[in-house]
Amino acid sequence: MANNTLIADEVSFMSEAAPIPLRVTTPTVRQPAVARNVTELSERAKKVAAIDVDFFYGTHQALHGISLEVPENCVTALIGPSGCGKSTFLRCLNRMNDMIDETALKGQILLDGIDIYQRGTDVVELRKRVGMVFQKSNPFPKSIYENVAYGPRVAGIKKRAVLDEIVEKCLQQSALWDEVENRLDDSALQLSGGQQQRLCIARALATNPDVLLMDEPASALDPKSTAAIEDLIFELKSNYTIVIVTHNMQQAARVSDQTAFFYEGHLVEVGSTTDMFTNPGEKKTEDYITGRFG
Amino acid sequence: MKLHAHSKSRPYAKFASTCFAVMCGFCTVLSVLVLLVVLWNIFSYGWSALSWNFVTSWPSRFPAKSGIWSALIGSLYLIGVTAVVSVPVGVGAAIYLEEYAPPSRWRTLVQVNIANLAGVPSIVYGILGLGLFVRMMHLNRSVIAGGLTLSLVVLPIIILSAQESLRAVPSTIRQASYALGATRWQTIWHQLLPVALPGILTGVILSLSRALGEAAPLVVVGAATFVAFTPENLMTDEFSALPIQIFNWTEQPQKDFHQLAAAGIIVLLVVLISMNALAIILRQRFGKKVKW
Repeated sequence: MANNTLIADEVSFMSEAAPIPLRVTTPTVRQPAVARNVTELSERAKKVAAIDVDFFYGTHQALHGISLEVPENCVTALIGPSGCGKSTFLRCLNRMNDMIDETALKGQILLDGIDIYQRGTDVVELRKRVGMVFQKSNPFPKSIYENVAYGPRVAGIKKRAVLDEIVEKCLQQSALWDEVENRLDDSALQLSGGQQQRLCIARALATNPDVLLMDEPASALDPKSTAAIEDLIFELKSNYTIVIVTHNMQQAARVSDQTAFFYEGHLVEVGSTTDMFTNPGEKKTEDYITGRFG
Repeated sequence: MKLHAHSKSRPYAKFASTCFAVMCGFCTVLSVLVLLVVLWNIFSYGWSALSWNFVTSWPSRFPAKSGIWSALIGSLYLIGVTAVVSVPVGVGAAIYLEEYAPPSRWRTLVQVNIANLAGVPSIVYGILGLGLFVRMMHLNRSVIAGGLTLSLVVLPIIILSAQESLRAVPSTIRQASYALGATRWQTIWHQLLPVALPGILTGVILSLSRALGEAAPLVVVGAATFVAFTPENLMTDEFSALPIQIFNWTEQPQKDFHQLAAAGIIVLLVVLISMNALAIILRQRFGKKVKW
């Protein structure tokens, strides 16, 4: 418990160093994990539920019988050593694995109770509801404005005024507006790494998704930008259900409400973050969290 | 200190590096030199024969009256037809092969065949064009038949270069677009084509330049060497083309005709350079949409 409080203090220290004064005063950041409403986890609506999911790359089985429930408006962290299948599982949730040839999935993944792998699922519609932020920031080689407006545009919104409004709202939500307000027509690739990643988050928000998947969104960023992204995740979870893959134990402890530990394609343990980090049920989880392997 | 010792122990490496640089430089100089000699030869030979009159006159039995107008117009028509046919078909095929076709033996087969076709001598396409377009489709010895034949010659090159440029688009851009709920078509149109366009244009211009210089397939299809009119009806009228006209003049015994051939080559070069300039302008105009 004391451990978690300490980590939360670290976050607030870094936030004070961040250039955006707005972020420092965000009260949620200072809350230690215990003060969050983690006790309600089991009572919340299940936004996403995986039921006995097996996943294959060709003949190689990457996931073995994963069953995991993701509560609404919570942050669920997927942790585990490299190659344990956590990113694969994440990409199953918006069917991005469909783009890789010769992959197959067994089992069910329910979004609001409806199986997204059943025949006739509109994958395009699914991906509008389940947004994704990638490990490496990947803005389009277009202007900042066009990057954010792309999602709504392909969804059929043409009115400039509506697009303007969406762009501003999303950039504000991703705490980038103040920095780019006057140069929306500049290339997105001129932004710094941390800004690019926040732009990618803004872009994902612009399609107004229910669920936001993040694949190690801060792994390539410096501590300051990482803190900014973590603050952002905190704020976003009141409106979105977030699933985040991370290699950083402290990050998982700081931002998430629920943690799932993957090991060699198996889901070893899942539970509220506080429980996982203070009282892990499995020896393997404890070893991994305390850094004995992985 | 350590670095110093390291380089001292390998004096050979530095020498080899210098040698390699010199060798590469020599290759560059050599290729430029050959080009300059050829250009010098052509210009010194044909410059005196070149005049506005030469460009705008019909061919004639008399060297002094002879001009290249019908061949020039014929060539421009040919390139127009070739571009209109081969660019959409070639880019479309490349998009299908890269973005739609699932990996299968069938796709591999098509792929290998296209690569092979790019290496087939153009005269073979000429024979195909003669059989298919001139005889079977009754297009006669027309601009359309010639243009379609040239399209066959350049299609494989356009497909391959367009595929190459599409493949060079970072896959992260594709993923990002699909993850935002874009359809395949939207991803291709809004993200992939703008990024791949400069590469595609380069391939198109290189292959159209090749088509402009091709004589062999046109000879087989039946382009005329002596045409005193410009084709009015692209489907029926006979036509000539620059390389055909040049070839014809070099065959003549009179030396004056050889000068005309050199002058014709200069005209051909000017057309080529204008096409390349157009490509650069187009590339810059479309390139503004993409902000790297």
